[in-house]
Amino acid sequence: MIEVKNIKKGFGEKIVINDVSAVFETGKCNLIIGTSGSGKTVLMKCLVGLFEPDSGEIFYNGQSFSEMTEEHRKELRQRIGMLFQGSALFDSMTVEQNVMFPLDMFTKDTYAVKLKRVNEVLDRVNLKDANKKFPAEISGGMKKRVGIARAIVLNPKYLFCDEPNSGLDPQTSLLIDKLIKEITTEYNITTVVNTHDMNSVMEIGDNIIYMYQGLKEWEGSNKEIIFSKNKLLNEFIFASEFLQDAKDMRMLEMKGKIDNNRNMDELLK
Amino acid sequence: MHFFTEFGQYLLMLKGMFSKPENGKMYWKEFMHQCSEIGIGSLGIVVIISIFMGAVSTLQTAYQLVSPLIPLSTIAQIVRDTVILEFSPTLVCIVLAGVVGSKIASELGNMRVSEQIDALEIMGINTKTYLILPKLLASIVVIPMLVVISAVLGIWGGRLAGTMTGILSGAAFDKGLHQYFKPYNVFFALAKAYTFAFIISSIPAFYGYYVRGGALEIGRASTRSVVVSCVLVLFADYLLSALLL
Ligand SMILES: Nc1ncnc2c1ncn2[C@@H]1O[C@H](COP(=O)(O)OP(=O)(O)O)[C@@H](O)[C@H]1O
Ligand SMILES: [Mg+2]
Repeated sequence: MIEVKNIKKGFGEKIVINDVSAVFETGKCNLIIGTSGSGKTVLMKCLVGLFEPDSGEIFYNGQSFSEMTEEHRKELRQRIGMLFQGSALFDSMTVEQNVMFPLDMFTKDTYAVKLKRVNEVLDRVNLKDANKKFPAEISGGMKKRVGIARAIVLNPKYLFCDEPNSGLDPQTSLLIDKLIKEITTEYNITTVVNTHDMNSVMEIGDNIIYMYQGLKEWEGSNKEIIFSKNKLLNEFIFASEFLQDAKDMRMLEMKGKIDNNRNMDELLK
Repeated sequence: MHFFTEFGQYLLMLKGMFSKPENGKMYWKEFMHQCSEIGIGSLGIVVIISIFMGAVSTLQTAYQLVSPLIPLSTIAQIVRDTVILEFSPTLVCIVLAGVVGSKIASELGNMRVSEQIDALEIMGINTKTYLILPKLLASIVVIPMLVVISAVLGIWGGRLAGTMTGILSGAAFDKGLHQYFKPYNVFFALAKAYTFAFIISSIPAFYGYYVRGGALEIGRASTRSVVVSCVLVLFADYLLSALLL
C-alpha cells in the first residue's frame, strides 16, 4: 500500500501538483487519470522519488519515503518496477539483454538461471521470438511489453506504469491493460497506472483518482464513475457524443429500463 | 550567476559519482566497454592527424631554418620537442574533444531524454556512478595512451617526410632525435594529457547528463560541450605551460 499525504510540487513559479492526498491499495489497479499536462507523470515521479516533492509525505507500507536514507531508498527501489511512457528501453541492448539487466545487476545467478527467468517473463507478456531484436526493430506495443517484462523480472512489490497504452491501437492497448491487471492480482502487487485512455478506466480502474490542473478533483472506482455528477470529470471521461450516449444507455440499463438487448428492437423502432 | 550555478552543479555531479557500485562486475564490464569505445573508436583519426602533423612540422621547420650554419639534425630535435610538448597532447585532445566529447554528450543526452536514466535510477542504480564514472576513468586511462601513440607516430611521420623529400637523411634525423633530450618533456606531455582527458570527458558528461527537452537540446548540449571543453583545454594548456615549464 502506498499512501500520499498533501503532496505539493512546482517548477519555478508554476505549481504542478497542488496538495494531493491519496491511497494506492495492494492487489489493485490504481489509476491516475487526467488530460495531458495535468501532472500525472510528475505525481508518479514524485511517488518513486525521481522528483523530490516540495512538501508532503509518501508512505510505502507505513514507512515514510522522505525520511528514508539513500541506501534504504535504493533497497526499496529494487522492489519497484516502472514502465515509462516511451518504454525507456536501453537501445544499445537486445530485448533479452534489456530484460536481463536488472538480474545482472542485482542477482548472482548463473547465466542459465537468468535466461530461464527472462524467458519466463517474456512468455508472461506474450512475447516470443523477439529475444535477439533491438528496441529500434520492434513495434510500440512490443516495446511496452518488453518494458513490462523488465519491470516485473525482479518480482516487484510495486508496479508503476506511465501511460502504458499511449500511442497504441485500441486492441493492443486493451491487451496491455489486461496484462497489467492480471499481473497485479496474480502477484498481489500495488499497481499505479497513469492514463487518459477511456477503455483502461472502464476495464481496469479499481481505484481511480482524477487530476485536474494539479488538484485531485475526484476519486472512486470504475463502477462509480458512471454515476458521478462531477462536471469536469464527465467532460473528461465522456468527451464524445458517442460516449455520452453510451453512458446514458448504461445508466438506463442499470436502472432496469433497458434489459440487455431485448428492448433494443423496441427502442430502435 | 548562471555560471556559478552550473559550476556548482558540475562539482556536485563529480561528487555524486563516488558511491559503492551495486555490482562490481557490471561496472567493470561497462568500464572496459568505454575503454574500447573511446580508445579503438578514435584510434584511426589519431593515427592520421599524428602522421600528418609530424610530417608538416618537419617541412615547415626546414623551411624556416635557412642558415647553413645550423646542422640539419636540429630539425629533428625541434620536431621532436614540438610534437611531444604541444602537438600530440593539445592538438590530439582538441580533436578528441570533438570525437569523444560529442559522443559522450549525445549518448547521455539521449538516455536522459528517452527516460533511460530514470529507468536505471528506478532500479536502484546510482546513474552518476554507473554512467559517468566509467566514461571518465576510461578517458583518463586511454587518452594518455593515445597521446603517447600520437607522439611516436608524429615523430615517425616527421622522419618519413624528411627522408622522402630529401631534406635530411634518416641518420641525421635519428642523430637529432637524441640531441638534448629531456625526459621531463614527456612528463609534461603526460601531465597535459591527463588533465585534458579529464576535461574532455567530464564536461560533455555534464552537459549530456543534465539535458532537458528533446533531440534539438541534445544537439545543442553536444555542440556546447565541445566548445566549452576546447576552450578549457586551451586554457589549461596555457596554465600548465606557465606552471610547469
Ligand atoms: N522537469 C520539468 N520542469 C518544468 N516543468 C515540468 C517538468 N516536468 C513537467 N513539467 C510541467 O508539469 C506539467 C505536468 O506535466 P506532466 O506531469 O508530464 O503531465 P501529464 O499529466 O501529461 O503526464 C506540465 O505543464 C509540464 O510542463
Ligand atoms: Mg505524462
